[in-house]
Amino acid sequence: MTPELLIGNITLFILAIFLGFELITKVPATLHTPLMSGANAISGISIIGALIGANVAYDAQQTVVSGILAFVAVVLAMINVVGGFAVTNRMLNMIAGKKRRGA
Amino acid sequence: MEDWVSIGYLFSAALFIFGLKKLGHPRTAPFGNQLGALGMLVAVVTTILSMQLAGGAEWILIGAGLVIGSLIGYWLAVKVEMTGMPELVAMFNGFGGAASALVALSEIWKYLENADTIPTGLELTVTMVAAGLSALVGWMTLTGSMLAMYKLKGGISVFGKWIKTPTWGPSWLNGVKVLLMLSVGVLIYLSIGEPTNTDYMWGIIGISCILGIVLVLPIGGADMPVVVSLLNSLSGIAAAFTGFIIGNSVLIIAGSLVGASGLILTFIMCKAMNRTLLDVLFKSFGGSGEKASLTRTKVGSDADEVAMMIDGAQKVIIVPGYGMAVSQCQHQVKEFADLITEKFDTEVKYAIHPVAGRMPGHMNVLLAEANVPYEQLIEMDEINGEFPDCDVAVVIGANDTTNPAARSGEGPLAGMPIIDADMARTVVIIKRSLSVGYAGVDNDLFYMDKTMMLFGDGKAMMSQLNTAIKEI
Repeated sequence: MTPELLIGNITLFILAIFLGFELITKVPATLHTPLMSGANAISGISIIGALIGANVAYDAQQTVVSGILAFVAVVLAMINVVGGFAVTNRMLNMIAGKKRRGA
Repeated sequence: MEDWVSIGYLFSAALFIFGLKKLGHPRTAPFGNQLGALGMLVAVVTTILSMQLAGGAEWILIGAGLVIGSLIGYWLAVKVEMTGMPELVAMFNGFGGAASALVALSEIWKYLENADTIPTGLELTVTMVAAGLSALVGWMTLTGSMLAMYKLKGGISVFGKWIKTPTWGPSWLNGVKVLLMLSVGVLIYLSIGEPTNTDYMWGIIGISCILGIVLVLPIGGADMPVVVSLLNSLSGIAAAFTGFIIGNSVLIIAGSLVGASGLILTFIMCKAMNRTLLDVLFKSFGGSGEKASLTRTKVGSDADEVAMMIDGAQKVIIVPGYGMAVSQCQHQVKEFADLITEKFDTEVKYAIHPVAGRMPGHMNVLLAEANVPYEQLIEMDEINGEFPDCDVAVVIGANDTTNPAARSGEGPLAGMPIIDADMARTVVIIKRSLSVGYAGVDNDLFYMDKTMMLFGDGKAMMSQLNTAIKEI
């Protein structure tokens, strides 16, 4: 890892944090729970790291134990991702679906 | 990393940004959620394709992990009752944190078994610091979220016995939290010098697990949603740290986006309760303090009496609380509203306190499930001015959020904004007993002359009330 790469990553990190602060400003109370749940599903992005880690046989550096750990991570991250988006969708269908019919 | 892979990740990060943005507005929220899901799909497909092109992927293992996780997640999401939603979000959140921490651990494990792979210089420092921080935040999120889940449930069943989740937090525990945090920092520093020393690694993991528990243990009741939101923010940060270890841009961007927006959401929730995040984290509240002993009594009313009083009311405001969620009586509440609108031509509105229930928006979700029109759900600030013109306020299983003691400026509820139900001409309260709420403060509203108490389970009482109204 070169210092340039590290600084690039830190730049991404800081800018994304500022962006995250700006994205959410005014949210009606109705959407607090769905928003939390949707953001939570996005935090399951570590699935990418888990997938790469679980690719044991094709990465000479991997060992069996590190592969198993990554495999467990794939399962947990996938529960978070699929469950999170599905449950958010269910909540929003209830809230927004009703609103459309009521209007 | 190949160029097209980076572009795929960039595309997926952009989808996350638009998704989060759209999730904040009622009209676009479902689309925002779909954009987020699409972003995740793009990221996963990009990763799998790049692995395949780079020499092949372990399809059976990876496919099995993806399918097992998806099925479990989907099954949990479809099966859950609306009242169990907060617990489920807490649990998913814990899994997300654990996944990030496991990826970090998996990277470190390579060094333990194969010393040739240990990087040097800057890369070693970055990897060990990021892995340590990812472990700290990730394991803390896991244990904290699991405890939060059982706190939201109220307890855990062990061999058929119901054990109540404790809330405990003497002030010296704050010192312990700081000490544990510092010791993780020291261990991370030491691990840079000796990356293969597993004692440091297990130390970091163990302390982080304990930290999650001591952080959530003192927090109870109304503050629980704030903690779940904070843990959600932390699980994003854990993903971002993991991104530093494996040098992956989409993890860094998506993780810090969630970390920052989750933190903002946490502040919004704190503001709704007129508390600061530091108060929530370091001042034990709700459940742990001495509960006021009840010295006063109040004679209960019956459904017929209340029904007669509502006959003739021009305006009724319904104030739902956690009790409505517990007894699952939202359908009966909706039936009640329809009945009095049709029969007595009464105007019905719902007063939604921002932290009513166990999660922000908890009441909105439940009432939406019962087909209550969205326009009738009015947020606290807007409806409070209407209570003086309101004939009857019907409080269903709400306590602290209506307690006039909050205005007095003393006690645990001091300064928390409340629903001004006590301003209504008559107040009907449906509650199982006069017992205190989570804040442990006796509620003067119950003892007012204009208050009628209907003691009983929300569902049973609402059904009785509906029958009584039909018979008028």
